[in-house]
Amino acid sequence: MLSVKNLHAKVEGNPILRGISLEVKPGEVHAIMGPNGSGKSTFAQVLAGNEAYDVTEGSVTFLGEDLLELPAEERARLGVFLAFQYPVEIAGISNAYFLQAGLNEIRKSHGLEELDSMDFRELLREKMEMVAIDPKFADRPVNQGFSGGEKKRNEILQMAVLEPRLAILDETDSGLDIDALRVVSEGVNKLRGPDRSFIIVTHYQRLLNYIVPDYVHVLFQGAIVKSGDKDLALELEEKGYDWVREELATA
Amino acid sequence: MAEVTNSAEKTRYLSELAEVSERSAPDAVRAVRAEGLRLFGELEYPHRRMEAWRFTNVNPIVRTPFATVTNPAQHGLERPDLARFTYPDQDWIELVFVDGFLAPELSRGLEGEPGVRVLNLASWTGDDPAWVDHFGRRLNGSSSAFTALNAAFSLDGAMVHVARDAAPPRPIHLVYVTTTQGKASAVHPRNLVVLEENARATLVETYVATDPSEVRWTNAVTEAVLGEGADLYRVKVLDDGPGSFHLATTAVSQGRSSRFRSFVFAFGGRIDRDELCVDLDGEGAECALNGLHLTDDGQLMDNAATIAHKAPRCKSWIGYKGVLDGKSNSVFMGRIDVHRGAQQTDSRQLNQTLLLSDKATVNTRPQLEIYADDVKCTHGATVGPPPEEEIFYFRTRGMSEAMGRGLLTYGFADEVVSELEIAPIRERLDRHVFEKYRPE
Ligand SMILES: Nc1ncnc2c1ncn2[C@@H]1O[C@H](COP(=O)(O)OP(=O)(O)OP(=O)(O)O)[C@@H](O)[C@H]1O
Ligand SMILES: [Mg+2]
Repeated sequence: MLSVKNLHAKVEGNPILRGISLEVKPGEVHAIMGPNGSGKSTFAQVLAGNEAYDVTEGSVTFLGEDLLELPAEERARLGVFLAFQYPVEIAGISNAYFLQAGLNEIRKSHGLEELDSMDFRELLREKMEMVAIDPKFADRPVNQGFSGGEKKRNEILQMAVLEPRLAILDETDSGLDIDALRVVSEGVNKLRGPDRSFIIVTHYQRLLNYIVPDYVHVLFQGAIVKSGDKDLALELEEKGYDWVREELATA
Repeated sequence: MAEVTNSAEKTRYLSELAEVSERSAPDAVRAVRAEGLRLFGELEYPHRRMEAWRFTNVNPIVRTPFATVTNPAQHGLERPDLARFTYPDQDWIELVFVDGFLAPELSRGLEGEPGVRVLNLASWTGDDPAWVDHFGRRLNGSSSAFTALNAAFSLDGAMVHVARDAAPPRPIHLVYVTTTQGKASAVHPRNLVVLEENARATLVETYVATDPSEVRWTNAVTEAVLGEGADLYRVKVLDDGPGSFHLATTAVSQGRSSRFRSFVFAFGGRIDRDELCVDLDGEGAECALNGLHLTDDGQLMDNAATIAHKAPRCKSWIGYKGVLDGKSNSVFMGRIDVHRGAQQTDSRQLNQTLLLSDKATVNTRPQLEIYADDVKCTHGATVGPPPEEEIFYFRTRGMSEAMGRGLLTYGFADEVVSELEIAPIRERLDRHVFEKYRPE
């Protein structure tokens, strides 16, 4: 589904990603861990099409398309979704309107009919129930005045409505309380399926108890330096990253 | 040399003014006219060396030989022609002024209701003490040659009186329509609104044109007096088109514990200047001045708000937003004067501007003069294009860059609209803003 080869990217002239390679097959869940500043969000943003980052080398194909050639909106229409580490606030646009507009753009690109407000409201109600968000959030401006955890939950709501093929969750678990963590994880698990893949960026092994990944990768200084199964996360939790650093130094 | 030009440009009004000064009118009106005439003769037209007019060049207004409408015009307008400016399906009091003069046949609710009297200045016999006491007192042409000119004409406008403790449920809508019959015309509406103790009222002012592209000038003055505990909710909609020049001065004085909330929506004219002068005279008075302006190529919007905190424990807020496109300008001045003894003043102001073009410019300046020591005064300003990271957020949800930009712009502007408590206006303006910025 997603094939990343030797991806290099710079921001404002500084090299951040230095040769990431990653293969994600349909239905797989990949967790990406790594110390602060190692480039996890940069990787997520580059996949989503943020033009503030310059890709200098490498390739990314998604469902057979050269992802790097596509603007962000076309990537979204193709099924790439990014849950932001820091979702922005949008004044004056309700959550419901924002999502309806986005969903309809995606539907149009697939030759599907747009949903009218009535049908959309019904869909939104179901999805809000699924991720346990108070219905009143539908009419509040996007993320405005939301608490940190509410913003993260709202990202998951958006994912549930847009039903992407590849969801990249950038530290969606940070800032969630214990109940919210469970609700969000259950939401993700409900969306898991043979055609949908996930890249989950997290600092905490705990999340991976709820969302059991197929692979765990360690991103370090802009490259994946170690990969394994879910047990790698446990090992990292126990030993920290120094161990990875040492291994790298001796290699 | 400048002075000579200046006076030459004033003389074109002298014959009209002379004719008006001969007309019979209540003493209160004659007095205001005489004083206006005197001041108009004395004062220079505003120019850019004056602090308040530094960024607003009024030469196009000064140099255009406007013909003042001094008598009710034959307009031929009928109610259906006005449907888009009025709210025919609402049970409101609506006074429609066509080219500066009341058109009773287009108005409704002129009989008022218990506790509420409405009248037009031209029909006033000058015998109501409540109006006599206040007419021309807030601002007797003293602020500029333009307000002096308005006073010197004092031909027509709305008179509103709300009695003590009265709280009419119906908004009072003042509609100023200008028509043009092939010449650049000028009107000088003169309004007076008096709310007695604990009275409440909703006042809506709409300035529109039948032919928005024609050159016209509206030079309005409104005086409002709020007695102790009174509450005035005021909405102004300025939408008279790209050909218009619009200058308005609204002077408000507020008694103890009174409240004044104002919204000014301006949708673009060649030169629009809206000046609000609020005197917080009584302890614990509060005012909130909100504004939104949307300008396009070749337009200028100047918002000037002056609030005088004259008594302790008063609160004021000035929040203006602007969206500027093309080569357009906006000017914002928020002046706060905290007088000696006005302790525990709480005053905040914020001016936010979204620039849709790199040719648009904004001049924003707060001015604080503080002569008390226990006060809280804050001010802030933001200026810039729609933020890329916000546009990116839209794009990651499948929306195009243009759509993201359009919706962001709409959302920015609509924040002010959505605060309106009068649903029919809120809905109409919401649609207007959405239609203006929504992407195709
Ligand atoms: N606009 C920028 N200008 C300069 N450096 C930047 C910019 N954006 C990111 N960086 C740098 O790139 C590096 C990687 O940042 P990134 O946000 O991808 O890290 P991360 O792995 O997501 O970290 P965290 O775990 O703290 O979220 C950091 O050192 C960061 O300071
Ligand atoms: Mg990060």
